[in-house]
Amino acid sequence: MTTRHEGEDLRDRGLDEMELDRRLSQTWSTPAGLWGALSTVDHKIIGRRYIVTAFVFLALGGILAMAMRLQLSQPEARFIGPDRYNQIFTMHGTNMMFLFAVPVMEAMAVYLVPLMVGTRNIAFPRLNAFSYWMYLAGGLLLWIAFAVDTGPDVGWFAYVPLAGPQYAAGKRADIWAQMITFTEVSALAVAVEIVVTVFKQRAPGMSLDRIPLFVWSMLVTSFLIIMAMPAIMIASSALILDRLVGTHFFNPAEGGDVLLWQHLFWFFGHPEVYIIFLPAVGMVSTIVATFTRRPVFGYLAMVMALIATGVLAFGLWVHHMFVAGLPRLGESFFTASSMAIAIPAGLQIFCWLATMWAGRPVFKTPFLFVIGFMVIFVIGGMTGVMVASVPFDTQVHDTYFVVAHFHYVLVGGAVFPLLGAIYYWFPKITGRMMSETLGRWAFGLIFTGFNLTFFPMHILGLQGMPRRIYTYQPEMPWSGLNMFVSLSAVILAAGFLLFFIDAIRSAVSGTAAPANPWEASTLEWATSSPPPPYNFARLPVVGSLEPLFNNPETLPVASGLSVDRRELIVSSVVEALPEARESSPGNSIWPLWSALATTVLLIWSIFTPWAVVWGSIPVSIALIGWFWPKGTPEDDA
Amino acid sequence: MRTGRVLLLSIISAVAGCSGNQAALDPQGAPAIHIEHLIIGITIVCTVVWLLVMIVLGWALLRKRSSDSSQPGERSLTMIVGSAVAATVIIIAGLTIASFYTTRGIGLPENAALTITVRAQQWWWQVIYADPDPVLSFQTANEIHIPVGQDVRIQLESADVVHSFWVPSLAGKQDLVPGRSNSLLLRAERPGIYRGQCAEFCGLQHTHMAMMVIADEPADYQRWIAAQRENEAIPTDQDAAAGKIVFLSKPCAACHTVRGTPATGTTGPDLTHVGSRQTIAAGLLETTRGSLAAWIADPQTLKPGNNMPMVPLNSVELRNISAYMESLK
Repeated sequence: MTTRHEGEDLRDRGLDEMELDRRLSQTWSTPAGLWGALSTVDHKIIGRRYIVTAFVFLALGGILAMAMRLQLSQPEARFIGPDRYNQIFTMHGTNMMFLFAVPVMEAMAVYLVPLMVGTRNIAFPRLNAFSYWMYLAGGLLLWIAFAVDTGPDVGWFAYVPLAGPQYAAGKRADIWAQMITFTEVSALAVAVEIVVTVFKQRAPGMSLDRIPLFVWSMLVTSFLIIMAMPAIMIASSALILDRLVGTHFFNPAEGGDVLLWQHLFWFFGHPEVYIIFLPAVGMVSTIVATFTRRPVFGYLAMVMALIATGVLAFGLWVHHMFVAGLPRLGESFFTASSMAIAIPAGLQIFCWLATMWAGRPVFKTPFLFVIGFMVIFVIGGMTGVMVASVPFDTQVHDTYFVVAHFHYVLVGGAVFPLLGAIYYWFPKITGRMMSETLGRWAFGLIFTGFNLTFFPMHILGLQGMPRRIYTYQPEMPWSGLNMFVSLSAVILAAGFLLFFIDAIRSAVSGTAAPANPWEASTLEWATSSPPPPYNFARLPVVGSLEPLFNNPETLPVASGLSVDRRELIVSSVVEALPEARESSPGNSIWPLWSALATTVLLIWSIFTPWAVVWGSIPVSIALIGWFWPKGTPEDDA
Repeated sequence: MRTGRVLLLSIISAVAGCSGNQAALDPQGAPAIHIEHLIIGITIVCTVVWLLVMIVLGWALLRKRSSDSSQPGERSLTMIVGSAVAATVIIIAGLTIASFYTTRGIGLPENAALTITVRAQQWWWQVIYADPDPVLSFQTANEIHIPVGQDVRIQLESADVVHSFWVPSLAGKQDLVPGRSNSLLLRAERPGIYRGQCAEFCGLQHTHMAMMVIADEPADYQRWIAAQRENEAIPTDQDAAAGKIVFLSKPCAACHTVRGTPATGTTGPDLTHVGSRQTIAAGLLETTRGSLAAWIADPQTLKPGNNMPMVPLNSVELRNISAYMESLK
């Protein structure tokens, strides 16, 4: 921090570029070394960490999937016993949903949203640091438990009473329930940050109708998280209470209700699908616009479709319970609502098709993944319409048909766009390009491997193969297809391996990327690759939906912000008119201590309810440290 | 992929044609037949829609773009997208209505003349043929006999965790939920053996929780009912008679019932007519003297984690007890 005299406030007016960069770097940069790494609140560093961690969990989850495919490749195989197999499929689902899919989407938002709305850091940057540490701790808890043979074995949905005190002895189900708490705390934290960043920190002039579609999708997603996650937190807390202190929320013998769990779980669980899918929609829109050289057709319709999907997402959960024995009339309502969500989904597909038709496609790797997304996701949508029908669902529910369906939706609908997004934003994040050649190979292998692996599962399901079985008898007609699926999974795995190799190789020695390698039109490309710690030397002023369209020579900027303390512009919600200069918190180690203290409390409370009492003391101390006024300009403002 | 989709229909017919006895596309009862029609109908509609989307996608990406003057009008694009959305709405509405009608066509289990109670447990199916006269009531396990051409109401209950009753050739599935009682309409048009399997994950041996529904001609069904109402068949050969003594003196009787003997345990399956059943251990093994011996000798290797403990027996005891089990026709 430069020395500063009372009343003196050095603004960015009149400073030349070199001087401005020197001073802003001094104010915003993260100190080198371990201490700096642990105390940073830079959304780009935290976002990068989040993304890398999520992809590590993807790789681990993929290894589990390959283990299951090995076991199922032939009838009555004995590679993996039932106990381990149940842990493996529970871990695969839990890991992919809670440690990969949701966090990776939030991670992309943590990195990209502040850049795309043209601000210098995310709102509540220390909360952001805290959320990453909580996420990491939850992930480690789950995987360490699995490594020592205490991994949850009750399915990623943990239905009671199987997960209750009577039928799930030991701590396995508690590990699952508490891992939920970790990831939900971190997800809720990020959701709040995104909402505030989007509503209050947009660059001057970026009115609601000029927000990039990816940012819109993250805004809707964040509201979904805020409304859906409390349901699962209540459910998992009630489960822990049943298991630890003998409450009877889910015990029918004492007036509890087994189906209460299913309602609470799926009230979260279905919006969860859209929490994963909507960010991917935003990625697709971004990539389509860039690689067809025109704005996405029907911006307003796209935004309305996002919001409609978000609202409808809360009216579908019962379609996961069509065979639980609920009243037929009620089920029919949920058939209609589940079918209805195909309408906004279809609208978005049609708008992308119109964009592609009207534009001039450039077939680079990110765009290839989007084309793969269109092919696969539409199949997933079609099978989604099928399982929305009650009678249809009674035959395919809990069979491999559903396994095929949701992999088409989640891998096709979210992972393909995500991989495209990684190829797309990699140069911005690392300053280096990924290999176009390896990218095409990776796409080809993943696309082929995916379809060969998962399409036959539809047929296995119709042939009567249930999910979550660790083996099957040779007289069942499933052996041939299962062997085929297992072999195809090797192709899929090879594609992912190639992707990881490309990513690591390119991060180390890829060709240097210019500021805007794809000639894209959103604000994150208006700064260098990778961006400086302060994101933008002067905050951009936005006059259109596509501020960088046709590579303008200059971009209007706002000036007047301080250069020797962390400042950004707070703007109005609708018009994004600048309202105030707001200070942004500096680096702090306290979010890490708070996360560690919370981790101790949460893990300890698996064993005794008193942990909530005694464990809250270190949490309180850490929070007091976090919020204690320290006399730094950012904290006092 | 396009060929994959086309293949689906041919595979559907292939699956339907083969003898697979646990397949949604090999329906042998009215409810399953209605659902099969719905499955095929929706699949055809969806395949056509998917093909159309793919054709438009290919065309949009690969169409010849002549010069800059060929910019299409936004208005005509809006019209096209609008009509596509309208078509989506119509298709979705049609499929929803088709789904409603199928639900109605399946029928209500409440109207059935015969009720059989299935009580699922980790990891087997207790089947109760209740009668107002307790003497005429009996139980069996993992095997349900029903008369052909008759609506049968299956009352579904669970003794422990959530299970799901699913015999795809006869009907869709229905969960067995602790604290609740669900029911399902079952009906077979032809005599035969229809395999089913638990479809809701229920713990360690969810995999090995199968059952058989055997549809008999009405006369055969009556004969079977009469036979099941009988007490145990008194063993005639020497091995079996010795086996009965071993059975009653070892812990077996604490968990199993053999009507007509002092064995009245209720934790495990009723064994009064175990020798007459097609399989043992919930579809795990065919009922033969050898498989009975293998199962009794070491149930934990064949079905790890199941609730039957290994009872130490010498080889003579094992031979005798298997003979006794086999004789319980």
